Amino acid sequence: MKKSSFRNNPALVGLLASFTAIFLGLVFGFFMLGIFNPSFAGAGIVKILTKGLSSKEKFAKVLYQAAPLMMTGLSVGFAMKTGLFNIGGSGQYLIGTFCALLFGVVLKLPWYVCLLAAMLGGAFWGIFPGLFKALFNVNEVITAIMFNWIGLFLVNLAFSNTPTVLANYYGASVADRTANIEAANPSAVIPKLGMDKLFNSSYMNISFFVAMLVAATIYIIIDKTVFGYELKACGFNQKASIYAGINAKRNVVISMMIAGALAGLGGGIYYLCGTAQYTIEKVLPAMGFNGIPVALLANSNPIGIIFSALFISYIQVGGEALQPEYAKEIVDIIIACIIYLSALSVLMKGLITGLLREKGGNQKEVIEEAPLEETK
Amino acid sequence: MEENIIEMRHITKVFPGLVANDDVTIQLRRGEIHALLGENGAGKSTLMNVLFGLYTPEKGEIRKNGKTVVIKDPNDATALGIGMVHQHFQLVHNFTVLQNIILGAETVKGGFLQLAQARKKVADLSEKYGLKVNLDALIDDITVGMQQRVEILKMLYRDNEVLIFDEPTAMLTPQEINELMQIMKDLVAEGKSILFISHKLNEIMAVADRCTVLRKGKCIGTVNTAETTKEELSEMMVGRKVEFVVAKEDANPTDTVLEIKDLSVAGRRSTKKSVHDVSFKVHKGEIVCIAGIDGNGQSELVYALTGIMPAESGEIIFKDRDITKETIRNRNLDGIAHIPEDRHEYGLVLDYTLAENLVLKKYFMKDFQNRGFIDFPAVRKYADRLIEKYDIRSSQGALSVARSMSGGNQQKAIVAREIDYDPDLLIAVQPTRGMDVGAIEYIHRQIVKERDEGKAILLISLELDEVMNLSDRILVMFEGGIVGELDPKQTTVQELGLYMSGAKRNDMREAE
Repeated sequence: MKKSSFRNNPALVGLLASFTAIFLGLVFGFFMLGIFNPSFAGAGIVKILTKGLSSKEKFAKVLYQAAPLMMTGLSVGFAMKTGLFNIGGSGQYLIGTFCALLFGVVLKLPWYVCLLAAMLGGAFWGIFPGLFKALFNVNEVITAIMFNWIGLFLVNLAFSNTPTVLANYYGASVADRTANIEAANPSAVIPKLGMDKLFNSSYMNISFFVAMLVAATIYIIIDKTVFGYELKACGFNQKASIYAGINAKRNVVISMMIAGALAGLGGGIYYLCGTAQYTIEKVLPAMGFNGIPVALLANSNPIGIIFSALFISYIQVGGEALQPEYAKEIVDIIIACIIYLSALSVLMKGLITGLLREKGGNQKEVIEEAPLEETK
Repeated sequence: MEENIIEMRHITKVFPGLVANDDVTIQLRRGEIHALLGENGAGKSTLMNVLFGLYTPEKGEIRKNGKTVVIKDPNDATALGIGMVHQHFQLVHNFTVLQNIILGAETVKGGFLQLAQARKKVADLSEKYGLKVNLDALIDDITVGMQQRVEILKMLYRDNEVLIFDEPTAMLTPQEINELMQIMKDLVAEGKSILFISHKLNEIMAVADRCTVLRKGKCIGTVNTAETTKEELSEMMVGRKVEFVVAKEDANPTDTVLEIKDLSVAGRRSTKKSVHDVSFKVHKGEIVCIAGIDGNGQSELVYALTGIMPAESGEIIFKDRDITKETIRNRNLDGIAHIPEDRHEYGLVLDYTLAENLVLKKYFMKDFQNRGFIDFPAVRKYADRLIEKYDIRSSQGALSVARSMSGGNQQKAIVAREIDYDPDLLIAVQPTRGMDVGAIEYIHRQIVKERDEGKAILLISLELDEVMNLSDRILVMFEGGIVGELDPKQTTVQELGLYMSGAKRNDMREAE
């Protein structure tokens, strides 16, 4: 019986599917490296796989990037669990960034208040796709994409017209980016608790642990609470949830707000590290979209998202080390392959279930059937 | 020529945890309608899927015209002249009838479709077999009965001689069923051979020549329908005697539980009202049945009663309180239980476990939560109790995912959940849809028991047998209105049919 529960364990099968996708993606990546620059292919794939652990500094960088990735991943994953596709992570991330920097640089408030503001900002931006979906049944994907661009230009406009938030107000020569937060308001920098010295890297702070805490909270909300039960019911079968008396429309809005808050927090975490300055550009931040692969790779499981964010961040760090032999974008291609393969997870799961079954053997199953004979 | 066109010998098909077919042998004679009868999960569909090449059996062989053949996939089956109409049609909804029929078997010349040729062939076939369809209509725009004809034409177009029908009547209205029966008879008259999966005894007795009964994956026997009775067949199928008519005492109605006054409900697709000016009462201790042909406003009436759709006008008085504008949750809490029409659409969250589905209307109650956290042990305990009490079968008990359960057990789970809700009013919409006689008997007993305990029951059914056997009063719905109230003891199926088709009506408002 134990063996059959092992075989039927969907979490395990999902995990194996993700690993298979990663493996095949890396194999494909290796071929890509071989095509673009054969002489460095071997060294290149080793770099991708080992760079993140090659030194304390590099590992700090992995954690530093993983934290916001985890937040946008959670944002997508949470929405997915409730039956919504939140492609608006970028917009929510930007509004979160804006709120965090406004509270930190201009209002000189401490970091935790700024993070709270980032969450509220993201949640506010999540309301719109939710409301449009609930009230007018407009697909949340369409609204969210439009609100990404609205968010981008709104944030750029707001930053450009807030002189006290820009770098040149604090003595820098450029005005196309926000102020260095250490210079503007040291209390808004996410605490490092001495880990920066330990890791010998200014990238290191508690943000990764904050993100893990949030992931654990989301896991508990989704899997353990009455609220999560309702949200998932709406996600799986909205009609059945309506039939059961659940207010599905309200839940759609709340879901999108929570998803927005998570993405917004991601923006806050990234820009309050003290190492990044927001640059006013006409490009949506990749961090928002990268949440989608993070969630897909983890099957939207909040705990899985901790690891998939770490992994994606890890090979991104490895990819940066590929220069100058390769363009940095090659890692994006490899990541895309892994995601593409993990998107075929249904196929992958079928394959893995089949393999496990063969190993399990048929004999046992026939024995399990014995009770049927008696009833005749 | 060989008498048996198809012979499946000693077929064994094993799924993890289940022997779906255990040494099953079945012979289909040339030019016969051969019924395959069995309970839900008896292995009928599996056996036919083996024949159609969707499953590969572990043991056994298939012979066509006496020669052993190997069928690895549906293409092999088609090449051998075996065609199948699945229970859920396999049609492209935004294609026309003609496009659907030729799909996958197109005549192509130099990369261009030869539609004219195909059109002629299809038109000839539809003429020959009396299958009237509009070749240029979109599938979306035609009725379910018409869609089925398209499926049949698909098989004929491929020159199939063995036709498999997987529960073809499950989705049809009584009229469409009669038409289908006639079509099947015409088909065999023209030399086709038909395998017909069903668990409806009336249909088998009416149309089949022979009948093979499966029970729990095993072949129980093959009988000539002319030499058997419904009772005998059902005993073979279930393994014990089955009562078609549940024994019940006369109803003893007391207080009014539900009163509907001039209720109208807007149409879902058109501007025409789907329910207009309907008034009736349901009392404690009686089963009131709303009979009617599908699509005459019964669904909308129920949705308005349960709060899924808003009422346009009129009043719904439940236990002396106007609930017309109440939320669904409050109606439930007030004591309305609802066995929905479609168990997959409304009744279950298929990706939830059985336990989670059994608390679908109770998860937020004190017993099942603790400061906002679901009390999983309590849920589990409750689920185990219902599973035991209502005999809900599944592979992993309370932790089975609802999607993995058989249709009959899914329905039992819903019935268990709603009855255990201990409602004052139970609205049961087609509670035995797609179930076999054993399970029907069980659910009918439960409903009568609820009535005897003083519950008010509003039953909506399309099955005339169910209407006649179970109800204490019959209200007939036609085109959104109630056209008659009948006493099942003093009426006949024929009279009921006349009301249902709108040929007869009595404009009685409830005489009270």
